[in-house]
Amino acid sequence: MKGKVIKYPQENINTDLIIPARYLVDINPQFLAEHCMEDLDMEFHKNKNNLQATILVSGSNFGCGSSREQAPIALKATGIELIIAPSFARIFFRNAINIGLPILQFSDIDAFNSGDLLDIDFGKGVIENITTSKSYSFSKFPAFLQKIIKVHGLINFAREQIANSEEGS
Amino acid sequence: MDLTISEKIIRDHCEQKDLSAGDFVLVKIDKCLGNDITAPKAIEVFEEIVEGTERSVFDPSKIILTPDHFTPNKDIASAIQCKILKDFARKYHIQHYYEVGKVGIEHCLLPEQGLIAPSELIIGADSHTCTYGALGAFSTGVGSTDLGVAMALGECWLQVPETLRFKYTGQLNKWVSGKDLILYTIGKIGVDGATYKVMEFTGEIINNLSMANRFTMCNMAIEAGAKTGFIFPDKITEQYLKSVGISKFKTYENNNTKYHESIEIDCNTIEPQIALPHLPSNTKPISEVQDMHIEIDQAVIGSCTNGRIEDLRIAAKIMKDNKIHPSVRCIIIPGTPTIQFDALKEGLIEIFLKAGAIVSPPTCGPCLGGHMGILAPGERAISTTNRNFMGRMGHKDSEVYLSNPAIAATSALKGFIASPESM
Ligand code: SF4
Repeated sequence: MKGKVIKYPQENINTDLIIPARYLVDINPQFLAEHCMEDLDMEFHKNKNNLQATILVSGSNFGCGSSREQAPIALKATGIELIIAPSFARIFFRNAINIGLPILQFSDIDAFNSGDLLDIDFGKGVIENITTSKSYSFSKFPAFLQKIIKVHGLINFAREQIANSEEGS
Repeated sequence: MDLTISEKIIRDHCEQKDLSAGDFVLVKIDKCLGNDITAPKAIEVFEEIVEGTERSVFDPSKIILTPDHFTPNKDIASAIQCKILKDFARKYHIQHYYEVGKVGIEHCLLPEQGLIAPSELIIGADSHTCTYGALGAFSTGVGSTDLGVAMALGECWLQVPETLRFKYTGQLNKWVSGKDLILYTIGKIGVDGATYKVMEFTGEIINNLSMANRFTMCNMAIEAGAKTGFIFPDKITEQYLKSVGISKFKTYENNNTKYHESIEIDCNTIEPQIALPHLPSNTKPISEVQDMHIEIDQAVIGSCTNGRIEDLRIAAKIMKDNKIHPSVRCIIIPGTPTIQFDALKEGLIEIFLKAGAIVSPPTCGPCLGGHMGILAPGERAISTTNRNFMGRMGHKDSEVYLSNPAIAATSALKGFIASPESM
């Protein structure tokens, strides 16, 4: 995939910042997207649109805090297609995989800046920063998680399991 | 080398018999839990999965629904969320659905209702599901999609975690509680110090710690990024389980285990701890914080961390025959209706009301900035809850300081963050 970067290099961006609890009274993705990241940066949407960014780059322990799936849902609904961070908090990690929002663990986030155009090859495990003409390799996802990502999330994964078990019975 | 206790529990809940840390496995779950924030989405997921099939829920006795966050319904939107839970519970005959009046904060409620036993594998669409590690269960927080899938299939995917062992030695100083030990530990290892791992709490201090304090410690394992906290079941666990109607349960031997790392913590030098804004790891000893003379607008005593009867007893002991500082709002939130009733019978509620505090019905309320005590810009709260992230209890320019119940109660009386020693 190809896309442009919006970067928030802070560490520990938590789920309360991604989507504050006061908006958890509704699960509509568009509603959540409107308020996504507003406690961190009121200008998030404006900045993202100006940059035409679809890749969020952030510091370590991204998504720490609560289990709210509204966090990756909100980000996805704003048009973010990939998150790159040195590490992710574990529930955010599984929520992102489960809803089919790709995330990528990569430690050298200094290699990317807001506005950079990246080309990511998940099969090969390579990120090319087209803006700086540099390439980086990352370790690929374990086979189990690739299976979930391949079917675009856990719902389809579960449906396939049900279909298989019903065929077998 | 033997497997860790978590590995053994996971092994006995999945088909793969030969496993080690790092493996991804599908496990059968014993119970799953959702609340008014996470279950509506899980229910949507569930319906999508079973659509066009003859499927129902995997087991109506193993699904637990607790509308506890924004209840009693704070507005129309939250009322609609709660109604989704109620309708779903009726449609699928969910046995453990709790209506307002019966509902309490999930992680206080479930153990009290006898729904958690040692060696069970439990998932909950709430990050503090790790609390039940205090009873020797392997229990961890997941997301709504996970819960939706679990309600349909009774299964969940997990990565087998490594285990960090913490050994607490020495003697506890006065006013030092489970809350202080866990805050101290998070301060030491950081908010991502245990990411993906199990925090196993051991040592002579833990062996003598009450169940309430054990729940508090395991509750905050997630604040260090951990998958769960864990304490080996012993006599204290047994006694507690007996009191909630559980007499038979499975346990495992623990010998020659391969830990990822062992960390020893000498408790002799630990004072009560305060976590300053805006991270639970931003801890300082109370003596230092008291010298900073931090004035507060609100004190909150409650939550799944410190909303148990033992916590209320400590707060009442300090507040008895005293008055809340005129410029402080003191909000007491019993974790469950049973706790509230016990507090009433023991005369604690009277002490709180006489002191000028207000007693809320059991709810998460202000802990997550939901309702019942939201902070204005520039306001400051001392709170026995577990998170002090920016904006957690209200406006993003408000501040939350985390403490044990004794300090929160003392600070409510004094008007600034203070040690009970100063009374
Ligand atoms: S009391 Fe606070 S931390 Fe506990 S479940 Fe409720 S919102 Fe979450």
